[in-house]
Amino acid sequence: MTRLASGGRIDRATDLHFTFDGVDYVGHPGDTLASALLANGVHRVAGSIKLGRPRGIMAAGVEDANALVQVDAPFPEPMVLATTLELYEGLVAHGLSGQGRLADDPDPARYDAMHAHCDVLVVGAGPAGLTAALTAARAGARVVLVDDQSEAGGSLLGIEEGHNDWVSAVVAELRANPEVRVLQRTSAFGYYDDGFVLALERRTETTTSLARQRIWRIRAQQVIFATGAHERPIVFADNDRPGIMLAGAARTYLHRYGVLPGRNVVVFTTNDSAYAAAADLAEAGAAVTLVDARDGSLVTGTTGGDHIAGVEITDTAGNVEVVECDLLLVSGGWNPTVHLYSQARGKLRYDEAVGAFLPDIDPRAVRVAGAAAGVFSLQACLAQGVAASVGALAEQGLVGSPPELPVAAGGADARPPLVLWAVAAGDNAAKFVDLQRDATVADVLQATGAGLVSVEHVKRYTTIGTAHDQGKTSGVIASGIVAEALGVDIASLGTTTFRPPYTSVSFAALAGRDRGDNFDPVRVTALHSWHVEHGALFENVGQWKRPWYYPQGDEDLDAAVLRECAATRTSVGMMDGSTLGKINVQGADAGELLDRLYTNLMSTLKVGFIRYGAMCGMDGMIIDDGTVTRVSETEFVLTTTTGNAAKILEWMEEFLQTEWPELDVSLTSVTEHWVTIPLVGPRSRDVLAAVAPDLDVSNDAFGFMTWRDATVAGVSARVCRISFSGELAYEVNVVAWDGLMVWQALYDAGQPYGLTPYGTETMHVLRAEKGYPIIGQDTDGGQTPQDLGMDWLVSKKKVDFIGKRSFARAENLRPDRKQLVGLLPVDGDVVLAEGAQLIATDDDALLPVPMLGHVTSSYRSAALGRSFALALLRSGRDRVGETLYAWNEGHVTAVTVTDSVLFDKEGARLDG
Amino acid sequence: MQLIPCPYCGPREEAEFHYGGQAHIAYPQTPQELSDFEWAQYVFFRDNPKGPFAERWHHAAGCRRWFRAVRDTATHELLAVYRQDQPRPEVVR
Repeated sequence: MTRLASGGRIDRATDLHFTFDGVDYVGHPGDTLASALLANGVHRVAGSIKLGRPRGIMAAGVEDANALVQVDAPFPEPMVLATTLELYEGLVAHGLSGQGRLADDPDPARYDAMHAHCDVLVVGAGPAGLTAALTAARAGARVVLVDDQSEAGGSLLGIEEGHNDWVSAVVAELRANPEVRVLQRTSAFGYYDDGFVLALERRTETTTSLARQRIWRIRAQQVIFATGAHERPIVFADNDRPGIMLAGAARTYLHRYGVLPGRNVVVFTTNDSAYAAAADLAEAGAAVTLVDARDGSLVTGTTGGDHIAGVEITDTAGNVEVVECDLLLVSGGWNPTVHLYSQARGKLRYDEAVGAFLPDIDPRAVRVAGAAAGVFSLQACLAQGVAASVGALAEQGLVGSPPELPVAAGGADARPPLVLWAVAAGDNAAKFVDLQRDATVADVLQATGAGLVSVEHVKRYTTIGTAHDQGKTSGVIASGIVAEALGVDIASLGTTTFRPPYTSVSFAALAGRDRGDNFDPVRVTALHSWHVEHGALFENVGQWKRPWYYPQGDEDLDAAVLRECAATRTSVGMMDGSTLGKINVQGADAGELLDRLYTNLMSTLKVGFIRYGAMCGMDGMIIDDGTVTRVSETEFVLTTTTGNAAKILEWMEEFLQTEWPELDVSLTSVTEHWVTIPLVGPRSRDVLAAVAPDLDVSNDAFGFMTWRDATVAGVSARVCRISFSGELAYEVNVVAWDGLMVWQALYDAGQPYGLTPYGTETMHVLRAEKGYPIIGQDTDGGQTPQDLGMDWLVSKKKVDFIGKRSFARAENLRPDRKQLVGLLPVDGDVVLAEGAQLIATDDDALLPVPMLGHVTSSYRSAALGRSFALALLRSGRDRVGETLYAWNEGHVTAVTVTDSVLFDKEGARLDG
Repeated sequence: MQLIPCPYCGPREEAEFHYGGQAHIAYPQTPQELSDFEWAQYVFFRDNPKGPFAERWHHAAGCRRWFRAVRDTATHELLAVYRQDQPRPEVVR
């Protein structure tokens, strides 16, 4: 055991049982998985991803490049760092070679999102962050303090003189302040413009009564990054064995977790900070050998297998000595944790003395304090937190004054640090820069040798910095090695870009509650319960659930649709058309607005009448179609396709606000206000007459494309004579509240005629038989009304309307444009695949051949007794009568080109 | 998540807004008198500067009003917002 008898911030009185790589161990509350493994003498975590080299625990926090584990129980989670995973009872995990596996089962945990707004956000509860937050809190600011550890203190948790009483007092004061929110176990992982910071809070692994993790969306007026620094390794041959660790990490394991990770220790350093680690470990009973690069001694190699056994030390004279050890501590200096600062567009500069990139020019409302700013003495960190806070408060019109600070020992380094990226001696292919990616100095030199001169390119060539740790320990070293290889200044070379997230975030956490049924809103009509009760299958149309078809018995789609179509064309059917977009247009200039937006004239429509219309974009392409009902001189109701309702309202609003604000028109979406029931088929008049006895339903009194206000099933209704099937049809509109009752009344009244409810599939077949295109299915945003054979829909009287000028563009007058046509497969049993390409030959030897068009809609027709299709075809109308071929799911199928109207060309059925 | 200062509602998150492209391009008075080239310039061609750019924005999930903004396309900073009926303001970067 390497756990010391006393010391550390763990609860020795409580045992936590866990399993790693199949072996049972015991740890304590306060442990991470890494500290508990080290306490049990386990250094090796896994083999490396490409080379299979044994790798261990190299750090005590998020910067670890090695210690990835897969959690197996209680719930599988891949790619978790042992150094940040807090130990809990029952944890089962195993080491990962760089690639994990997501669970096959749904995650039973809940995830949530929280929103917070504050004057000052402080990221990091180390010395600088605590004084920053305290200063801001005392000035009366709203403060949020986030910190990724289980308790506040930051670097103080990892040193002997941790000022615990001071930390506790500050935290207690902050927590007692109602304007302050302290979030521990919360990792700020991204800065996203204007003081918006996302943070991940880890709350529980063992209960389901809490959301396991929460994403905090914090909007701050001022942000202070007190994010500390990461110790930098030194690269040398065989620098990757288990038992090679950052010096500061060993200190943290000793003081925070009561673990002495080795008893025979070599410390290899370029700076004074590792001397504290050496002294602390010696005091705890370890034998320590110091190798200070500033004295000319270098570690040039290591020996060992699954654990380090010895260190090869080369002195200035070139003498090589091998020293036995069970722990090699390394310190190459400190990299300020500038990730979030850089994401916030803070400018960095290279500091030669520190050998790292430091914050230089702060972006608006962002400050940085403490080690993150390149200040490493405790006293200076404390003072800088105060200074940053006072500055932030001043921008908010608040006055901050310094709190009393503890007196901290230590000060400036006795000797300046040496910047050493990699030791020259030894095999470059064994000097690991990015341990997780198994990328070495040799890989970097191969990249520069290949001519790469940008660190961004070297990163992508070598994959250095692309693993879970995003180069926290390897990035600056890689820049340094590239600079030396190219003989350029690292300051001009810079770093790769720091991008969010700073630490890994699961998609489950980001999704929060927005998954499963809550992923997207579901819209249902007022008739939905009836459809469900009558066995409808539904299709998604935008967010709407629409009845697709109503199978009876063991009917499949084809059988049900043939039945629904036949019933409707021979007797009567009805459907739920409530999802149609409906826009109420009111005002003195309502007709004028519609004239400018529709291709045809609407202002001439008489009250009581209905007109079909289409709108085009500025480029002349059809964007939507529907009916326009004139309710009064100053009021129209227009319909849009179901999926375009919001888009068309926005389109109309845009012109009204931006181009023609002088028009007196108001627009209101009334889609949900109405339940719309098309009653369709030769017996629809009989059904309507039965439920609307006061309405004269005769053709003379109630003609095609007119509407009447009437009492239907005892309630007020607007009944329209419109048809999307070519049959005699009525569209009954009632207030949604009355919808279900009216639908049921119509259904009951229709039973003598075998009234059949039908869904969207039958609607599609009926309209396609008549050649009515669906905008968005038979068009793809590239068709003019003329392409669809709707010249009749384009007004010649109007001087202008949106899209008109584009019709005359040379491109839109080409005779070989794709035009809407019908297709009849020569074999009437073959239903073409929608999307099938049309070609002029069935001779494979001639392939490849030009593609002439494609199938847009394709069905089996009860009325025609065969299959048919609609298609967009080059020069289509000139090809009517020709035989072409459809490349239909791997087979060539002969088709005859026809007019797009295949059923009741003369329109004899419209009036019943 | 940028904050966009809607001239009617104040600062709101960018997810509430739709982008509407370059501002101050009026619908031509007499489209039928334009050449194909001139019409195509109006329909399809827009400026793409690096730096301040006058744009149309729509507060789609808020007040649903269109307004205009001068935005620095290099930094995304909104230098000014103004109503449809106001001229483009002078902006100082």
